[in-house]
Amino acid sequence: MSEPAVPYAEALREFEPVIGLETHVELGTASKMFCGCDASFGAEPNTHTCPVCLGLPGALPVVNARAIESTVRIGLALHCDIASWCRFARKNYFYPDMPKNFQTSQYDEPLCTDGYLDVEVPVEGGTAETVRIPIERVHLEEDTGKSLHVGGATGRIHGASHSLVDYNRAGIPLVEIVTKPVAGTGARPAEVAKAYVTELRDVLRGLGVSDVRMEQGSLRCDVNVSLNPPGAPWGTRSETKNVNSLRSVERAVRSEVERQAARLRAGQRIVQETRHFHEDSGLSTSGRSKEEATDYRYFPEPDLVPVAPDPEWVAELRADLPEAPSVLRRRQIGSLGLSELDSAAMVNAGALDLVLATVAAGAPAAEARNWWLGPLAQAANAGGVEPADLPITPDQVARVVAIVAEGSLTPGLARQVVEGVLAGEGGPDQVIRARGLAVVSDEGVLAAAVDEALAASPDAADKVRSGKVAAVGALVGAVMKATRGQADATVVRRLLLERLGVSE
Amino acid sequence: MSSADLTRFTAAETAAAIASREVSAVEVAQAHLERISSVDGAVHAFLHVDADGALAAAARVDAARAAGTALGPLAGVPLAMKDVIVTQGIPTTAGSRILEGWVPPYDATILTRLKGAGLVLLGKTNMDEFAMGSSTEHSAYGPTFNPWDLGRIPGGSGGGSAAAVAAYEAPLAVGTDTGGSIRQPASVTGTVGVKPTYGGVSRFGLIAFSSSLDQAGPCARTVLDAALLHEAMAGHDPADSTSIDAPVPPVVAAARSGDVAGLRVGVVRELSGEGYEPGVQQRFEEAVALLSDLGAKVVEVSCPHFAYALPAYYLIAPSEASSNLARFDSVRYGLRVDDDGVRSLEEVMSATRAAGFGAEVKRRIILGTYALSSGYYDAYYGQAQKVRTLITRDFAAAFEIADVLVSPASPGVAFPLGAKVDDPLAMYRQDLATIPSNLYGGPAMSLPMGLSEGLPVGLQVMAPTMRDDLLYQVAGALEAALHDRWGGNLLASVPELAA
Repeated sequence: MSEPAVPYAEALREFEPVIGLETHVELGTASKMFCGCDASFGAEPNTHTCPVCLGLPGALPVVNARAIESTVRIGLALHCDIASWCRFARKNYFYPDMPKNFQTSQYDEPLCTDGYLDVEVPVEGGTAETVRIPIERVHLEEDTGKSLHVGGATGRIHGASHSLVDYNRAGIPLVEIVTKPVAGTGARPAEVAKAYVTELRDVLRGLGVSDVRMEQGSLRCDVNVSLNPPGAPWGTRSETKNVNSLRSVERAVRSEVERQAARLRAGQRIVQETRHFHEDSGLSTSGRSKEEATDYRYFPEPDLVPVAPDPEWVAELRADLPEAPSVLRRRQIGSLGLSELDSAAMVNAGALDLVLATVAAGAPAAEARNWWLGPLAQAANAGGVEPADLPITPDQVARVVAIVAEGSLTPGLARQVVEGVLAGEGGPDQVIRARGLAVVSDEGVLAAAVDEALAASPDAADKVRSGKVAAVGALVGAVMKATRGQADATVVRRLLLERLGVSE
Repeated sequence: MSSADLTRFTAAETAAAIASREVSAVEVAQAHLERISSVDGAVHAFLHVDADGALAAAARVDAARAAGTALGPLAGVPLAMKDVIVTQGIPTTAGSRILEGWVPPYDATILTRLKGAGLVLLGKTNMDEFAMGSSTEHSAYGPTFNPWDLGRIPGGSGGGSAAAVAAYEAPLAVGTDTGGSIRQPASVTGTVGVKPTYGGVSRFGLIAFSSSLDQAGPCARTVLDAALLHEAMAGHDPADSTSIDAPVPPVVAAARSGDVAGLRVGVVRELSGEGYEPGVQQRFEEAVALLSDLGAKVVEVSCPHFAYALPAYYLIAPSEASSNLARFDSVRYGLRVDDDGVRSLEEVMSATRAAGFGAEVKRRIILGTYALSSGYYDAYYGQAQKVRTLITRDFAAAFEIADVLVSPASPGVAFPLGAKVDDPLAMYRQDLATIPSNLYGGPAMSLPMGLSEGLPVGLQVMAPTMRDDLLYQVAGALEAALHDRWGGNLLASVPELAA
């Protein structure tokens, strides 16, 4: 299944990448796009349906005004032109999760066109560079139902014994945001793609138009990639679907760059096709060939009247837009008093919101930063998840910081507490109780360990006695080790120096 | 009164008799159900008769009347409904095998309104499959026969509704008109049929053939009855985006006024001559002369682009139909064939559509699919939309010099069954005169203007959008004069059908 690959960095020294992203966002409206059905997620299958969203004979659509408003606001936030007049169109194709066998969408008259989104992309050295992603269009359409293919090995329709369809999702308002082809990303197309989707998610969240949860499918990405030799025309692109996490956006571009480079290097051509991304392997497999383009027979939807946003209304929406996430971020970072380097690192790690929340919960900014960029970033990395998806909350991190500050935990013990929380053992206080993690500062208890340490390392003891006070560190370490980190290091150090008759 | 007499009343008379307690709604419903039992074996206007539902609805009207509740002007009047309108709990097939056995879970908006007005639904009427045809011979459930001559077609697609009204099985019926499906059957059955302004009557619950052209409207035996039904079913519906949010034109008052003095009546040059039977042409000229006698100013108007109406229609309507009919795929409702657990989904869908759609429907799906295809869209669908614009301009120019336009409603009298069924183009030409109004969106009506070869022919009146009242004003005046001339309704001479 796995195809030959040229390592990412090497591939990008040899070829120039062009990427493009199509993002689908389920709007968080109360009702569906063309009927009054409940649009919320997670209900029993086929309970949020009616004649309209089931496409029953005779049923007709009526546009959800709130969905139009949300789409216009998205367009404005992405600096788009808002159409003064546009229409919906029917996209005709047969599929059982599409009740009418056409999707009511927009074709050559989208609601919003020609915008951009500035995103910050990490560069070596830890800072970030701003890249402008041009937006082709933002349009509104209805989501399809959800098919579940049962009985096959892959969960795909091929090989399945039967399929189940849930029409609760059919008719949920869906906004499609399409970038123009993005060239010139050099050695970092995957990083740019991830930064774009991250920033777009923050913009959408800031607008309050969607809950933008990739794991629930309310934000979904298709990633287009092509490679060309330097200076040559753009290559044939592939479209990778089913890319459903920020991390996967990066991995999907990366694996496609590696795969295409190997083909090009071997003198093979790139097939224009849809590819399916697999979260487990981080690789994609070939899907439908697009060489023979499907003819969707688009035509203006005759059941709906044109949409003509009033310019004054659009101006009001523009005036009411929330602060852009990038502006908000700069303001928040400023309030933390951290360095630009730290800021870039936090943004890149997807940790800024978490740091802010931890600070809001009472932790000093530096402590919050250290946790989220240190042990927690490592844990996220090791687990292949975003820091926000770790099973620990900013409140819990702030609690750990507070306990350390009280002196009831050493930094070492604090790490064990956090490990316990991440392992699902409960909140910080629960972990401390269950694991018996408390600082031992009882001098009587520590005295024995101090004596043992001195006996075990007579050389170190001599050094300290002869005035090399710094050598006491090794002895403190030995006591800490012997007490499994629970000793109060300050007390240990004082006891050792007392025992050795040295004063500071 | 005998129960047979009750079926002879107009809807207005029936409503008055019920309101004055001369008869009960149940008696009226019973009389019509009996009439259906005795003649529908010969006419085959109905696909489904809901006797229990009709009697229950009639009983509710009687109870309301007994309780002193104010009744609407059509309360207790029986109604037939074309089978393309969805009816909760009552099978709805659109004349197609693919919907056989489907029972809708909801009512069309117009049915909700008519039920609310106290009309009593008798049943569902036959039609060309998905309203595609001009003879009702394309029904999957067999043809309807013209009450004037059972060897002839009743027109189409709404032949069942027109025949039910002409055969005294129902005083009122609802039809739908995409290219003439109310007016051409009215013309060949001697009834009154109206296509209201597009957007004037809700389409919610009307199984779509061509969304931008379909419009439901009344079928009746008199102009006033049509106006009463029109008024009861029309008006803005928030569930239909294309519905017009404006008051219903005063159609009942216009039907009653009967005055055309000074009204400018435009004879459309392009809707006469070649293609129209001499008998039709003759009755038409007499009707125009009569309008002139009544004080109307007759002028000739030219609508040069009407010549392209038929080809434009046969691109736009099939294109929309190819998309509208895609939902009939066996997955959620209706027919399913060859689902043996081995065949794939695509195979079952394909087999179901092959088995469930008739030849004419398939022909139009293929036409429309082709016309919308990438590379052909501009040449066909796009070009047809431009023609539509030109036809609309023709109407606008004509309405500068005339208040209403007139023409024969159909090119000929009812033709014998089977005469055109294998010649689609000849069948399509039945709608030469009716299609322009659908493309434009304005209202149009057919009312009887006399007999040719012993068979009825209709006059078409066309008006500007949302001036449906003008149709009734002209038709009311003309009908009164013609009834004077004939000594009553033309339908009085329909042969006795009952054994």
